[in-house]
Amino acid sequence: MITELEKFKGFSAKNLPKEEGLAPGHRACQGCGEVLALRMVMKALGKDVIVCCATGCMEIVTTPFPQTSWQVPWIHIAFENAASVASGVEAARKVLMRKGRIPKRHVDILAVGGDGATGDIGLSWISGAMERGHDFLYVCLDNEAYMNTGVQRSGCTPYGAMTTTSPPGKKGSGQVTWKKNVPAIMAAHGIPYVATASPAYFLDLMNKVKKAALVEGPAYVHIYSPCPTGWGSAGERSVEFAKLAVETRIFPLYEVIEGRYVISRKITKPKPVTEYFKGQRRFRHLSEDQLSFIQAKVDEEYARLMKLSEAT
Amino acid sequence: MGKRVGIEVSIAIAEAVKLARAEVIAAYPITPQTHIVEHLSEIIANGELDAEFITVESEHAAMSCCCGSSAAGARTYTATSSQGLALMSEILYHPGPMRLPIVMTVANRALAAPISIWNDHQDIMAQRDIGWIQTFAENGQEAVDLTLHAFRVAEDRKVSLPVIVNIDGFTLSHVIEPIVIPDQEEVDAYLPAFKPRVRLDVKKPVTMGPVGIPEVYTEAKMAHNEAIKASKRVILQGWKEFAEIFGREYNPVETYRSEDAEVLLVTMGSISETAMTAVDAMRDKGTSVGLVRIRLWRPFPGPEFRKAAGKASVLAVIDRCLPPGAVCGPVGAELRSIFYKMPGAPKIFSFVAGLGGRDVTVELFEEIVDKARAYAKKRPTELYEVIGVRER
Amino acid sequence: MAQIDAIVGWKDLPFGCHVYEPGSTAKFRTGDWRSQRPVLDKEKCIRCGMCWVFCPDMCYSQTEEGYFEANMEYCKGCGICAHECPKDAITMVPEED
Repeated sequence: MITELEKFKGFSAKNLPKEEGLAPGHRACQGCGEVLALRMVMKALGKDVIVCCATGCMEIVTTPFPQTSWQVPWIHIAFENAASVASGVEAARKVLMRKGRIPKRHVDILAVGGDGATGDIGLSWISGAMERGHDFLYVCLDNEAYMNTGVQRSGCTPYGAMTTTSPPGKKGSGQVTWKKNVPAIMAAHGIPYVATASPAYFLDLMNKVKKAALVEGPAYVHIYSPCPTGWGSAGERSVEFAKLAVETRIFPLYEVIEGRYVISRKITKPKPVTEYFKGQRRFRHLSEDQLSFIQAKVDEEYARLMKLSEAT
Repeated sequence: MGKRVGIEVSIAIAEAVKLARAEVIAAYPITPQTHIVEHLSEIIANGELDAEFITVESEHAAMSCCCGSSAAGARTYTATSSQGLALMSEILYHPGPMRLPIVMTVANRALAAPISIWNDHQDIMAQRDIGWIQTFAENGQEAVDLTLHAFRVAEDRKVSLPVIVNIDGFTLSHVIEPIVIPDQEEVDAYLPAFKPRVRLDVKKPVTMGPVGIPEVYTEAKMAHNEAIKASKRVILQGWKEFAEIFGREYNPVETYRSEDAEVLLVTMGSISETAMTAVDAMRDKGTSVGLVRIRLWRPFPGPEFRKAAGKASVLAVIDRCLPPGAVCGPVGAELRSIFYKMPGAPKIFSFVAGLGGRDVTVELFEEIVDKARAYAKKRPTELYEVIGVRER
Repeated sequence: MAQIDAIVGWKDLPFGCHVYEPGSTAKFRTGDWRSQRPVLDKEKCIRCGMCWVFCPDMCYSQTEEGYFEANMEYCKGCGICAHECPKDAITMVPEED
């Protein structure tokens, strides 16, 4: 068991930090589930953190020069390389503290990017940083497509979803591939901590982010982030969809602690996937056949996850 | 006073980086740069240098790590070549405007295709406009000295810009030369610890790399451009103090037997040494020829170059780069610009030579000078010529 | 569009084009975007703070009485607070022109 985690008592509804790492006035869309998730991440981490942000919605909406939403030191270089920038920050702090050139003080280093920055273009940068064992946490805010450039499909776009580059037409019917399992790829690095989270379960999310920061070495949290603009859903329903994704077993919540799979929230009586699809324009075109294919595959994936948790 | 030793230039550069007390090094192996970072790894493994070596998975990651490390306030170094420099390209544009004083050695090498590990300047010329200070070393001693100078200039609080020291792959990186390795005390006197103007610090949060809306982008580019231009004063000052401490003098542009020369060869990098031999041989035969070597490539030392060119009537510029479809090579184009419409301006011809490791011999320099003299009388159809290329 | 009061000439541009004032987007009033606003019924409110927790725009803060109040300078009118309120104590009402 990781000693850092044993000591952590966890956040509760009564002791939620009042402090915000992000200021209001950011330019995120109405009802943005991604900035909500980011806000919770920053709440969990507090002020002793340096943020390395990938290009994407969160970078754009929080730093319109000459303003910034960030209350903590923050750097953005490019799209794919937040994990490398974080590696550089971590290495620099290590040597500067060792040489007595900066005060000795633990500071968390957060690299954050969307699903495109994480699972597609930035995968080898993250893999390199994970493999080298830098003490940092990587948070992926997964809104399941390239939203910042106008809703193009990514490797994390779910099967069947309509995007501007996976449009349903006479021959096609939305995204043809199953969602890439990025947390499993991260876990394959043998890093001490991997987790999935949803802003609907805010305490679970904040606790996982804090744990990821507490463990020594690389950690990864994959956060489900509803996007009303890209999904064609009502802004007011963002938290509801974040919850439905979990309740339908489409986005299960779990941790992988030193290789052991732990289900955070067992869904014993799952809602049908169709309940989650209703109200999202990106799924409106799905056929009955597609819906039953998705339901079967979701059940199968969940069973596999359960087996993993039993086996490890 | 330092010690004169016979040493491979790459190893000597690694020693210079050690003497500079670099704190973070992030690099990826690529020929012909590898000996530098291999030796740095050894130096760190032996406890001779207290630094973090980030063994990255690509050059793009190397430069990304360097940006993070420099922003966090550590003295940061990397080295690369050719394809690696090309892979870095996207990130090379960041440290300039963001004022991150990273130092990099580029062991110049040709770019594919066809793939070639051998020396020319096409890799760096493709990155001409990344907004780094750029120098070219002529020999091993210069490679060492320019490396120390690079840290000094980059980290000067008035400058705070990244610097590239170019060394020719193999012809410099892999040769053993007699080189004076300076003493640590001398280097410490020349190069104080890095004190960044701003760094990522939880005590004083700063947002680095915000979105540049149209209202500010032009101003940001202008500020960077002016900073590069203004860095020349510090570059010159850095060389002046270098001479005071180490006794070796450097200038943005150097001349060799250029007095009263009718034709001037213009070179950058290690071929300058062969060019000097060629000048001697031609002078012996009574040809009025001299040499101008460009050491500082960015910011380009226009006034210094004009002064060095003196009253020469013909400039034979060696471009170690062939930009397809361009009117001439990059060095030739630069020089044509600085003399444009100036009264008494020399005639300028660009000779593309030494691509992908092809030798530039004394004989070739002689041919270049002959051709340049002939073209001064009868203008060729093109502004450049690929010299030494087989037609059939 | 963004207020451009701090847009300056290149000579006055902050070093590195960095932003040195943390949290300065707070100067920007996203409340202009709103077409509906949350109205709280204090009778129904149990002061659980879910509106505060789930607001993506950091609008809510707790009053001395323990109620949570949305700052109309920033509220974009997304309606998450009303949708997530367990007691249906928040109603979204259209903004008047």
